[in-house]
Amino acid sequence: MTRLSSAFSKPHAALVTFITAGDGDTAANLDALVAGGADVIELGMPFTDPMADGPAIQEANIRSLGAGTTTADIFAIAAAFRARHPDTPLVLMGYANPMTIRGGEWFASECNKAGVDGVICVDIPPEEDAELGPVLRAAGIDLIRLATPTTDKARLPAVLDGASGFLYYVSVAGITGLQQAAQTSIDEAVARLKSYTDLPVAVGFGVRTPEQAANIAQVADGVVVGSALVELVARHGSNAAGALQDYVASLKHAIVAARKA
Amino acid sequence: MTTAEPTPNSFRNQPDENGHFGQFGGRYVAETLMPLVLDLERHYRLAKTDPAFQAQFDDLLEHYVGRPSPLYYAERLTEEVRKTAPEGKGAQIWFKRDELNHTGAHKINNCIGQILLAIRMGKTRIIAETGAGQHGVATATVCARFGLPCFIYMGAKDVERQQPNVFRMRLLGAEVIPVTSGANTLKDAMNEALRDWVANVHDTFYIIGTAAGPHPYPELVRDFQSVIGKEARAQLLSRTGRLPDMLVAAIGGGSNAIGLFHPFLDDKDVAMLGVEAAGHGLDKEHAASLAGGRPGILHGNKTYLLQDEDGQIAEAHSISAGLDYPGIGPEHSWLKEIGRVRYDSVTDSEALNAFQLLCRTEGIIPALEPAHAIAAVEREARKMDRDQIILANLCGRGDKDIFTVAEALGTTI
Repeated sequence: MTRLSSAFSKPHAALVTFITAGDGDTAANLDALVAGGADVIELGMPFTDPMADGPAIQEANIRSLGAGTTTADIFAIAAAFRARHPDTPLVLMGYANPMTIRGGEWFASECNKAGVDGVICVDIPPEEDAELGPVLRAAGIDLIRLATPTTDKARLPAVLDGASGFLYYVSVAGITGLQQAAQTSIDEAVARLKSYTDLPVAVGFGVRTPEQAANIAQVADGVVVGSALVELVARHGSNAAGALQDYVASLKHAIVAARKA
Repeated sequence: MTTAEPTPNSFRNQPDENGHFGQFGGRYVAETLMPLVLDLERHYRLAKTDPAFQAQFDDLLEHYVGRPSPLYYAERLTEEVRKTAPEGKGAQIWFKRDELNHTGAHKINNCIGQILLAIRMGKTRIIAETGAGQHGVATATVCARFGLPCFIYMGAKDVERQQPNVFRMRLLGAEVIPVTSGANTLKDAMNEALRDWVANVHDTFYIIGTAAGPHPYPELVRDFQSVIGKEARAQLLSRTGRLPDMLVAAIGGGSNAIGLFHPFLDDKDVAMLGVEAAGHGLDKEHAASLAGGRPGILHGNKTYLLQDEDGQIAEAHSISAGLDYPGIGPEHSWLKEIGRVRYDSVTDSEALNAFQLLCRTEGIIPALEPAHAIAAVEREARKMDRDQIILANLCGRGDKDIFTVAEALGTTI
């Protein structure tokens, strides 16, 4: 069992939480996510041009880069997190250029050294898998693919080929943190995806409230919350840990209460 | 005489089936957009071989855009360069007059092609990004011509400094959306257009303004702009009975340059020079991705980018807003690597001098983008023999730039 597969083997859906590295007191914030009950941590790698992100995460990227965050800093944050939390899976999420600029091998090796369990790269579709897929697989790091409302039946096998860890269902055709999908469309999509794969399916984009999280937790294996947490960091600056822990706990409570059907 | 057909060893049969030009190009987009770019590619393949599509494109270029644009021998500029050239030197300078197109630049060629494609695909809403506003104006123009709603993303900073073009777009019925994310310039406008596209996948067509972005954009923009090189080749052959010795074009994203170069790529005796914007100088702020950048991934393609060691994208600078972009079309990155095209750069002040030189010697006010090409033409022509021919693309007219130039020259208008 890997850390990721353990996280998806609990009697409730996994709570997957996202924050941007280098935005606020990242170490304290990560600890707060774990203390609040996060099952999987997604650590965002800031990028100057976050094309798939809405205003909340765009601004987090600008704050982080403005504070001078480097890729070396991000791996240091990840390694320190791994030392403090040996069992909580950590996934890096970000864009292709910072991940590939020193070569895929370098990136996979740094992930390995820092104890990173998986990677989500927004702008490397299966068609460009050669950039990172082979080196991550060789290093035993999960490559987590995204499926979206536009990923049709014909395309899904290509998305699943080489995917591991979990499948991230982007529930809206859009950017992070804005619209939310109708619950019926999520129900249908998750059922469809699960008929094609044994990978756990986690649902994200536009999931903000404990109520939404609970509804999704009834059908999916994981619930991803990002922008709502990043907004708490924006509001509370370097003292966001308390607010994060409380909010994550409220999400977790709702998810556990919902139980998977 | 027509352009030679590409052979197996041709420089003209790129990209491969996955949109790669060597290691460059490709389709680096979010999964939400992947089915859309694949669909666009399917439709483009069909359109490319459909004589009706080609006929409609040709008809609009002739009667709406005003093609073919003239090929012009710049006699006085040639003489001016010869005055200071070494004995026997000073090539004949010719211009492809794409600044005479409707809307004043080469941008319209591509917009006509893409809007016909959008209509063919049943799309009902058009989006585009723009820097200086030239591509925005060209897109707004074709949207008005075909009655489609048009939304133009433009960096808030560019909206401020390009008010005449903002007003033109609004007159043409487009909605101009100022972009306040990032650095408020062209690359941020492109990010925002991509965000719009992701959120409006079913009805929206994204008209990208240069030969960059995810496959098949670099290919289709090149194909639509290749009318420039095809005409120039036929025109020069019919006027002089020979091919040029050197082609020169300015490069931001590189659509006018690839449009001129591509039909000549297999003519092995034709040298080619792409001119990047060196801004304040290559050791200072500039927009020369090939000279000062390295390969990376942005806006859907792998290409040379201005970036730091962590792959964070840098801000570009050029006096010409149309060259002010930290990337370049992937085919240029490939042509540089294989050595088929030479790339050089020209600073803001060199471009300003060339701008004024063309005004005075030929009575043509060029845009600041081709002013960069003209500066390079001066530099190259004086090294070439008098019986040689150097042909540059005059890809835009300078009406839009008179405020910028006046300011740079310390004049108030």
